[in-house]
Amino acid sequence: MAKIGFSNVRKSYGPTEVIHGVDAEIADGELIVIVGPSGCGKSTLLRMVAGLETITAGEIRIGDRVVNDLEPRERDIAMVFQNYALYPHMSVFDNMAYGLKIAGVPKAEIAERVAQAAKMLELEPYLDRKPRQLSGGQRQRVAMGRAIVRKPSVFLFDEPLSNLDAKLRVQMRVEIKTLQRRLGVTSLYVTHDQVEAMTMADRIIVMNGGNAEQVGTPLAVYHKPATVFVGGFIGSPPMNFLQAARLQASGLLRKVAEVGGAAGALNTVGVRPEHLAFCSEGEAVLSGKLMIAEALGAETLAHVELDDGERMIVRIEGGREVPAAGARVHLSCTSEHLHYFGADGKRLPD
Amino acid sequence: MHKHVVFNNRVLPYLLLAPQILVTLVFFFWPAGQAIYQSAYIPDPFGLSSQFVGFGNFEFLLRDRYYLASFKTTVVFSTLVTVVSMGAALWLAVMADRVIKGSSAYKTLLVWPYAVAPAVAGVLWLFMFNPNVGLVAWYLKAMGYNWNHVLNGDEAMGLVVVASAWRQISYNFLFFLAGLQAIPRSVIEAAAIDGASFARRFWTIVFPLLSPTTFFLLVVNVVYAFFETFGVIHTITGGGPQQATTILVYKVFSDGFVGQDLGSSAAQSVILLFVVGLLTVVQFRYIERKVHY
Repeated sequence: MAKIGFSNVRKSYGPTEVIHGVDAEIADGELIVIVGPSGCGKSTLLRMVAGLETITAGEIRIGDRVVNDLEPRERDIAMVFQNYALYPHMSVFDNMAYGLKIAGVPKAEIAERVAQAAKMLELEPYLDRKPRQLSGGQRQRVAMGRAIVRKPSVFLFDEPLSNLDAKLRVQMRVEIKTLQRRLGVTSLYVTHDQVEAMTMADRIIVMNGGNAEQVGTPLAVYHKPATVFVGGFIGSPPMNFLQAARLQASGLLRKVAEVGGAAGALNTVGVRPEHLAFCSEGEAVLSGKLMIAEALGAETLAHVELDDGERMIVRIEGGREVPAAGARVHLSCTSEHLHYFGADGKRLPD
Repeated sequence: MHKHVVFNNRVLPYLLLAPQILVTLVFFFWPAGQAIYQSAYIPDPFGLSSQFVGFGNFEFLLRDRYYLASFKTTVVFSTLVTVVSMGAALWLAVMADRVIKGSSAYKTLLVWPYAVAPAVAGVLWLFMFNPNVGLVAWYLKAMGYNWNHVLNGDEAMGLVVVASAWRQISYNFLFFLAGLQAIPRSVIEAAAIDGASFARRFWTIVFPLLSPTTFFLLVVNVVYAFFETFGVIHTITGGGPQQATTILVYKVFSDGFVGQDLGSSAAQSVILLFVVGLLTVVQFRYIERKVHY
């Protein structure tokens, strides 16, 4: 069990800096999800914690130790890789026992710990098999087992579910979360899937272009996105954005005026699809044409083209009646559900 | 995945195959047949007549202590060449695999020796170790070691082994490097996180995963040492001193073309034919099974 600390962590490949100073403190037993689009540096950050990439500048601490110059094996961590990285020539048992054998754990204890992990992960019937004889989900569990048996103080997950099909992914997501809760081991989990981030994390680190844009609980990140990027990345369908300069003609301007002092710096207004609703012309803050409505059962996503050409997505309950495609529609929203961002993309104080 | 091609013309398929079959017949089956035929005869010294002796040549060979000694020499020579060339190549490949900057330059330089013909390689090493004019021999002498592979059989063996292995290192290096690069990096990283040191990772993860490559190279190198080192031995030692470096292939040559005993030479070729056959069977059986995974 350990805390993890990042202080101004930077990474460069030659002259190119790919991580521009990440600061974060992770509490003991927390499950932190690092989420971001591909190329944002999230995997690199994780690999720096693992010791597979050098740290160009700054400091990473595990527990009370600065681990910058420690070998991976000295860091007391375990990692689950995207492609599982099982040893193909070893049985499931040997895969899980490998780390313990190296650590010089007595044979009887190895057998006991592997058996325990195998039971927890329902791998008991497969201990004698080679990885290639297992399905994707089973391999994933072996990789988990290999991490668990060593009882490390930190778990690192590098997109562990991205090679699984959608159904299995949902199932494993719950299993990993449950397991992490039960073991109480501090975990860093990297993914590009914002649904995984929202459902699994105690706190999320949203990364973009080598910067940690926001660190916070899933709901805090969802309801108070720190930047335009975070608002657009977290949530599906994404947040709608409107350029403040183009609001002149619409009723939204009056709402925005209520912000008061912040209005001067205002550049972008964001609103979540579920906070827009169809209304009569009199109550409207925005008007436009309904392009298409996607009925998903529990909800319906309506794509609306506003009079000034901008596209918005409106999420309404599945049972509600939706205007016909091509019809003129009017949208309303309340001012407390609007998000205001400055020219630098940062959230303006409420 | 079999794709059957259907030819409308009945003659065309045979025509397409003809060149390959012709080459095989002329350069493989004909000489092999001739060798088997000749192995049953003893020609007179002038090649005017020959006498049928059945298995006489073989019986004589298997009782000839020089021939049996040559067998032993071949085993020693092949083992040494294989171990030296594969060991050195593996070491170089592991090191080159770790190099990040300028790795392609290393690789290019390490592959060059393979372009040198065996006989030329032999001459290069001969010049360096020649007891009279060789640079290395001169330094050895200066350090108090009297190098003379012309008189000392062990030194002669050492020299032909090094000269033969040197060239093969490049070939093995290429395969080992390709094999190393085919091992997923994450597997090795996982082992590093599991606590394995570099040496431990090598012996428990990398080497086992490399075993198909290693086995393939083992067969190729043994075959090389058996048959393709003729040029090296011919230029450096000529099989001497006192037959210390006369491997089976060299003995076929020296008995047949120097000693003019064509019957015995042919019989030796036939024996070698069986050895090759045996090696090939072993190779196919094991490589198809892929050794490890």
